[in-house]
Amino acid sequence: MKSLALDYRRNKYLYYMIFPVILYYLIFHYVPMYGAIIAFKNYRIADGFLNSPWVGFEHFTSFFQSYYFWRLIKNTLLLNLYMLIFSFPAPIVFALLINEIVVQRFKRVVQTVTYLPHFISMIVVCGMITQFLSRDGFITDILVFLGMERQVLLAHPEYFRTVYIVSDIWQGIGWGSIVYLAAITGINPELYEASRIDGASRWKQTLHITLPGILPIIIILFILKVGHMLDVGFEKIILLYNPNTYVTADMISTFVYRKGLQGSFEFSYATAVGLFQAAVNFLLLIAANRISRKVSENSLW
Amino acid sequence: MANRTIQRSAGETAFQLCNNLFMALMVAITLYPFVYVVFSSISDSRLLLSHTGVLLAPLGFTLEAYTMVFKNPNILTGYLNTLILVVVGTALNLFMTSLGAYVLSRKGIAWTKPIMLMIVFTMFFSGGMIPMYLLVNNWLHLGDTLLALIIPGLISTWNLIILRTSFGTIPESLIESARIDGAQDFSILFRIVIPLSLPVMAVMVLFYGVGHWNSWFGAMIYLRDRELFPLQLILREILIQNNTSYMSGNASIEDVEAIGESIKYATIVIATLPILFVYPFLQKYFVKGVMIGSIKE
Repeated sequence: MKSLALDYRRNKYLYYMIFPVILYYLIFHYVPMYGAIIAFKNYRIADGFLNSPWVGFEHFTSFFQSYYFWRLIKNTLLLNLYMLIFSFPAPIVFALLINEIVVQRFKRVVQTVTYLPHFISMIVVCGMITQFLSRDGFITDILVFLGMERQVLLAHPEYFRTVYIVSDIWQGIGWGSIVYLAAITGINPELYEASRIDGASRWKQTLHITLPGILPIIIILFILKVGHMLDVGFEKIILLYNPNTYVTADMISTFVYRKGLQGSFEFSYATAVGLFQAAVNFLLLIAANRISRKVSENSLW
Repeated sequence: MANRTIQRSAGETAFQLCNNLFMALMVAITLYPFVYVVFSSISDSRLLLSHTGVLLAPLGFTLEAYTMVFKNPNILTGYLNTLILVVVGTALNLFMTSLGAYVLSRKGIAWTKPIMLMIVFTMFFSGGMIPMYLLVNNWLHLGDTLLALIIPGLISTWNLIILRTSFGTIPESLIESARIDGAQDFSILFRIVIPLSLPVMAVMVLFYGVGHWNSWFGAMIYLRDRELFPLQLILREILIQNNTSYMSGNASIEDVEAIGESIKYATIVIATLPILFVYPFLQKYFVKGVMIGSIKE
């Protein structure tokens, strides 16, 4: 206690400076965590947060037993699985290919251009998607030319995931590759020289030097991705889905939004669903981290 | 030996060729949608409606759609609100993030570790959308104000970590000598640390600024008053909810559909142009920022 007082006297400005930051985190991150106890209550605005009656796990059980539960779990996990299979490796492969470009100017052009979609707003991207995939949109025209029947892709649940993933790769491949390119730059050039003397081809070098060199960062990003398995794509889905495509497009997060903030305002029920999602995410993160630490000695903590 | 070298380079030349072609294709795929949007926005709307497939040049030339978009008062107030959000929001973001990053980058202070832990934990667990909404709207009564779109996002933890890492690379001796000269932490931060970190600060401006420019969800749930709507929310009405008819003015019923298409494309251009404009200037900085962010402590 005495040392704290001493520290305060020496660093009092640091205390002043960190105070608003801590206050911000307490109010806008920890108060909502505490507020999540309304998942175990029947929150009524008139009664307020503390006086609303407790109902235990009622909202959770009614969610688990609802018709939507398995559909939401399936949709959320499937979309994420596809993202792990397609969206996640795409920037890695792309970074490796960019790294092979010899002409530096061309390399910069490719990078500058492919980063761009990341900065375009989700509304504009989704507006473009709906425009291009409409009945007479130009992508629809191309697909018809390639032999597909003329239809509105976004009206059919069976295409939703494809549209989502393909556009996701378009939006993120360049931006996602930056981190890997940075990691590639950090690899010791002597390793390449030594391997060249031993007669390794570019392909062998990629396989045995570049890939292992960026593996730690791949694993870290993979763990983070798994830790957010249940809550990706929320804004984009809200902008792209419609009641016709709920069968495949509705996710836990979009369900929380609809239940809680659209129409019926079932605050407690939606909070319970959201809390379930956050808890599963957190467990997935811990599991992924533990597995990774065992298998590869890389981990977040 | 020489022979093997030649064979290898032949295979590699083929690969180089294919790779370059593939990269050119990637550039085309990334850019073409934007080119298509621009071409469509200046095309004659009736010609556009009867056209199928890709556009290699605008069909005719007219700025009709643009004049209609700019006649829409919502677009202008939306622009203004977004501008306020970007300027005020980003300034406050930078201030708060710098404070946190500076204190947490100082060495030898016992309590930085628990505070860091408390901050990082929020990246992995949150109370969720509904408690946040209730906090902002019902408990703090920020609903229907632009503050509801600024204050809850004052600090992005990811950016805080990037900035902290960057501040941490500034030599401790520099800060110590300033302290010996009688400088307090506030002036050390604003006179020494920030000026020495301008590239990363530029990245922060880009990340936070673009974030404010593009954000819409908060506005959708917190704002009722149309006068406060940021641009993205107006765009949503036009692009996603397909509400363009009120802009097409005196056009005949057949023309409304055609004009509606052009209006959408013109809107996309107008909403994207500012980003395209600042992007080249900040582009060289953000790669650096992301690289710093990728370094594990």
